Amino acid sequence: MIEIKDIAKAFNGKEVLKGITSTFREGETNLIIGGSGTGKSVLLKTMIGLIKPDRGNVLYSGRDFYNSDKDMRQSIRREMGVLFQGGALFDSQTVEENVRFPLDMLTDISAAEKKERVEFCLQRVGLEGTGKRMPSEISGGMKKRVGIARAIVMNPKYLFCDEPNSGLDPLTSVKIDELIKEITEEYKITTVIITHDMNSVMEIGQNIIFLYQGDKLWEGLNSDITNTKVPELNEFIFANKLLRDAAKENQNK
Amino acid sequence: MSVIGKYFIFLGSLFGKGEKLSVYWRRFMEESVGIGVSSIFIVAIVSTFIGAVSCIQTAYNLVSPIIPVSTVALIVRDMQILELAPTITCIVLAGKVGSNIASELGTMRITEQIDALEVMGINSSSYLVLPKVLAAMFTFPMLVILAAFLGIFGGYLAGTLTGVITERDYLYGIRDSFVPYNLFFMCVKPFVFGFLIATISSYQGFFTQGGALEVGRSSTQAVTNSCISILIADYLLAQLLL
Repeated sequence: MIEIKDIAKAFNGKEVLKGITSTFREGETNLIIGGSGTGKSVLLKTMIGLIKPDRGNVLYSGRDFYNSDKDMRQSIRREMGVLFQGGALFDSQTVEENVRFPLDMLTDISAAEKKERVEFCLQRVGLEGTGKRMPSEISGGMKKRVGIARAIVMNPKYLFCDEPNSGLDPLTSVKIDELIKEITEEYKITTVIITHDMNSVMEIGQNIIFLYQGDKLWEGLNSDITNTKVPELNEFIFANKLLRDAAKENQNK
Repeated sequence: MSVIGKYFIFLGSLFGKGEKLSVYWRRFMEESVGIGVSSIFIVAIVSTFIGAVSCIQTAYNLVSPIIPVSTVALIVRDMQILELAPTITCIVLAGKVGSNIASELGTMRITEQIDALEVMGINSSSYLVLPKVLAAMFTFPMLVILAAFLGIFGGYLAGTLTGVITERDYLYGIRDSFVPYNLFFMCVKPFVFGFLIATISSYQGFFTQGGALEVGRSSTQAVTNSCISILIADYLLAQLLL
């Protein structure tokens, strides 16, 4: 479980996060949604330790990340897996080397064990047989899968995904969403996903936070999101004409 | 001043908590190939032609019956050892290696590869930059020794082929009044310049923000700042060591 308490951050005097508090539960896909520039990515980066918040705490299973010593922070970091927006694969390494990288750097397990673990992770994301290819030789969807494989190779307790669907076609997006949900439930990971893709919200979102201009305007379950009275959230959800029409049709029924 | 302060803090971070020695050794070897071995061709071309041109131009300016012809070779040798091989070679390397380091790190920054390292708890500056700095400090002196040899050889080729100096005079000239200390001075320079080029270029690349345009700017800035720092360091070393 991850708890964030009163997270605030300002850049050059402009408040980007205005005291966000929430809890992300274990074994569930927790979504942070909102339009562009609402502070989603900054919130994620404060959670994973890339941006230090001006105030507030991030607690990983009760351990305060920012008020811990270096060793504790390091051990929390090693329990995290992060899927970056563009995959963030190392260009100079093959797919296999990318996935093996955390094992090489952070563990002392044997080469055979590493090989086995890498093969398992690549198989888990449906990329068996692609280990020798370079990141430049694979598609965007495959890069995301490799990113997921690298994120889970250390058996993380916490998985963070920054817009896992960006730049993907709808079919690949659904596959990536399903994969993340399966992995979350299978390994009882606390997963936090940033997205503004409504398909993801409806398909895999269990707990959802809606950010608007750095504030948390709504928090709730997937099943409640279409029945809210928050105008900004409704505007965000029903920005798509198809969804708007469907909602109207439901109301008429 | 804040940029200089940030640069020194960055240098300090290189020696922070690092990774396993085997990791650094592998990275050092990779960087030595990337920085050193891949620069041999350009260094060889530049130094051979500079040696050839300096021989011909020196001979052109030394038309006097009271100066022995072998002095041409002596001047070519000392120009190569004291200035042309270390300084010009390192300026060429600032263009090749410096821009490469800055653009590589800049691209890694904007594509979140550096963030990925930091999230894993890896000291990204130490892991990425320290092997580059050590590789530059290790390979640059070797490249400069090669450049000095090829420069003197280029002078020999140009001098003898054009007939401005005989083979015997040239070989006599390059051995005449030789000061071995100059070789030490020649090797100290690329050691210092390698450090400056690698750290300045890494600094520029590491703190790139934005997109492809900014990566290009960082790369240009890295070369410009490296060249300026080489020239200043060249003067200071000459004052201190000669």
